[in-house]
Amino acid sequence: MQKQKRNTAIWQHALLTVLAIVWIFPIVWIVLTSFRGEGGAFVTYFIPKDFTLENYKMLLTSNTYPFVRWFFNTLFVAICSCILSTLITIAMAYSLSRLRFRMRKPFLKVALVLNMFPGFMSMIAVYYILKAMNLTGSLLALIIVYSSGAALGFYIAKGFFDTIPMALDESAMIDGASKFEIFTKITLPLSKPIIVYTALMAFMAPWMDFIFAKIILGDNVEKYTVAIGLFTMQTKDKINEYFMAFTAGCVLIAIPITLLFIFMQKYYVEGITNGSVKG
Amino acid sequence: MDTTHVKGKLSFRQLFKEGDLATKLSYFVMGSANFANKQFVKGLGFLALEVGFIAWLAMNGIKALSMLQTLGTKTQGWILDEELGIEIQQPGDNSMLLLLFGIAALIVIAMFLVMYVMNLKSARKIHLLKQEGKALPTLKEDLRSLLNENFHITLMTIPLLGVLMFTVLPLIYMVSIAFTSYDHNHLPPKNLFSWVGFENFGKVITGDIASTFFPVFGWTMVWAVLATATTFFFGILLALLINAKGVKGKKVWRTIFVITMAVPQFVSLLLMANMFNGAGPVNALLQNWGLISEPIPFLTDGLLAKITIIFVNMWVGIPVTMLVATGIITNLPTDQIEAAEIDGATKLQVFKNITFPQILFVMAPSLIQQFIGNINNFNVIFLLTGGQPANSNFYNAGETDLLVTWLYKLTVSAADYNLASVIGILIFVLSAVFSLIAYTRSGSYNTEGA
Repeated sequence: MQKQKRNTAIWQHALLTVLAIVWIFPIVWIVLTSFRGEGGAFVTYFIPKDFTLENYKMLLTSNTYPFVRWFFNTLFVAICSCILSTLITIAMAYSLSRLRFRMRKPFLKVALVLNMFPGFMSMIAVYYILKAMNLTGSLLALIIVYSSGAALGFYIAKGFFDTIPMALDESAMIDGASKFEIFTKITLPLSKPIIVYTALMAFMAPWMDFIFAKIILGDNVEKYTVAIGLFTMQTKDKINEYFMAFTAGCVLIAIPITLLFIFMQKYYVEGITNGSVKG
Repeated sequence: MDTTHVKGKLSFRQLFKEGDLATKLSYFVMGSANFANKQFVKGLGFLALEVGFIAWLAMNGIKALSMLQTLGTKTQGWILDEELGIEIQQPGDNSMLLLLFGIAALIVIAMFLVMYVMNLKSARKIHLLKQEGKALPTLKEDLRSLLNENFHITLMTIPLLGVLMFTVLPLIYMVSIAFTSYDHNHLPPKNLFSWVGFENFGKVITGDIASTFFPVFGWTMVWAVLATATTFFFGILLALLINAKGVKGKKVWRTIFVITMAVPQFVSLLLMANMFNGAGPVNALLQNWGLISEPIPFLTDGLLAKITIIFVNMWVGIPVTMLVATGIITNLPTDQIEAAEIDGATKLQVFKNITFPQILFVMAPSLIQQFIGNINNFNVIFLLTGGQPANSNFYNAGETDLLVTWLYKLTVSAADYNLASVIGILIFVLSAVFSLIAYTRSGSYNTEGA
């Protein structure tokens, strides 16, 4: 019995090790490549022969690909839409979960329907609306588009608010609290996990999105976000020249987001398990 | 809406009969009843809305609406300018803008009607309150109600305006496009397009586009099922493995997988595309080890590309399921499992009959959501293969294109907006069917009844 137990344990650890290697392999590869001294997109070996910081230097000083600028563009958009989206999502989710008004149920159904249309379908129309407002090619347009989308992405946060007992609100109401006071003094302090989760998702979205960003920003390279910027470095005619700079950019982007994510992991898990997964 | 409780119902027709002059006048001049009863700010608001609306209607609205029928008749072209003696370009109608403005006009009118009804409701309330001899709410009370009974109005107005502008308007616009001839041959402002009814739907379902639509549709479904099932099933297995009794360093293992989840998808997917390139490191390693002599066409052979996509998606998706499943597993009641173990059940039996069904039960709604998400999974395909390898039998689509990426190509590279729009509507129908199943079966819907 003892021996059999030890055998299973060995097998379990061996299997986990193999899986971990498979999962880590691409990440190690990208980090190694970003320090590779030899040129060319692909080489036939895994570990570079020369290590260098040139790729990072090139990325940070290049004029054709102003990475630093892109980085601060993205940071700006991410911070603004993080704040706006979180406010909007929480406001919508709270209203639809805790408040009772006549249009509530119809609205929940309409929102569900609206969410089912693929987002790309309307991107051309969104582009022309922004153009009519003279906003295309600006970061403000991106912030508006990301934040206005937040108004329909309230389902997870709503699921969270649904789990807070209604009795809390009722007892506060008996004590004479207004809905506004209940919201700010009772519900919000209890909702830290979902607020952090929403903010985290909203902050990360601009770092990842390139479809909408590309269409809205067009050829305005100055205003690019990192995602579009790095994506443009990947085209066939440029890949040989810029591949290592591209990987260096990937590493630079992935590090802060990964740290943020690991740091906030607890909220992420609470967010999805409490919000979306309900029996 | 009511700040003070009002008894009984009164239809607007009855109100018109019973009401005093100011109430009657409210049917024509918005806000009259409010003015007559000293609710000046409210009255002024209603009046300003009406004046603004009529001014807009006269200046832009009527024109915008009338153009909606034809979507423009004047083509852009060259005409001889008699005075200058040369040909100058004459600006024509732009069907696309006309359609957009027309729809925007319809939305403005709808919003005005809502305000009009609110005006009548306000008049009705004043009428009823006066009948009962109660005091009318002052401006201060009305404003205070925005933090209490009407708090939802405060919270939702701005978000909803955003939705109207950047979701509803674009969607109505794009749905309308499906019924027009807006394709690469009818690009405004050089050419006009017009309404064609259901012609585009016919093209996609039975016409010349059908030979692309059905294969792409088939692959989309296969992909969605396989992608959802593999990440779900293996994610749970991984969670069970990490949480098994004998495993040491659970937190370390978990973190390793979670790290990969945090890497931005466009980074990891672009990376995978490079790794599986014919000259990429995976092929290089395999060749160096002497396992293969020729590079494997991971992403350039139709079938292999599809398999590769599913595997890469597992790399992306398994950690997510693992994380959620871990949360569930650690909260599962253990007594059942212990009882089963005492009865001599094997690990497999415990998994098959106890653990898995319980996890499945909890995760079922999110599983269907994931399935819908996968039907619309643009990133994986776009970044990994871009729909490649090409298929000469397809219209603007490659072997691995999903409906969504095909939709994207039809808009961005082919400029067949009408076909793209039809595909969008079909994707919607598909998602709607599955969402409906998910929504009606989920717990949150059943408790909504209360």
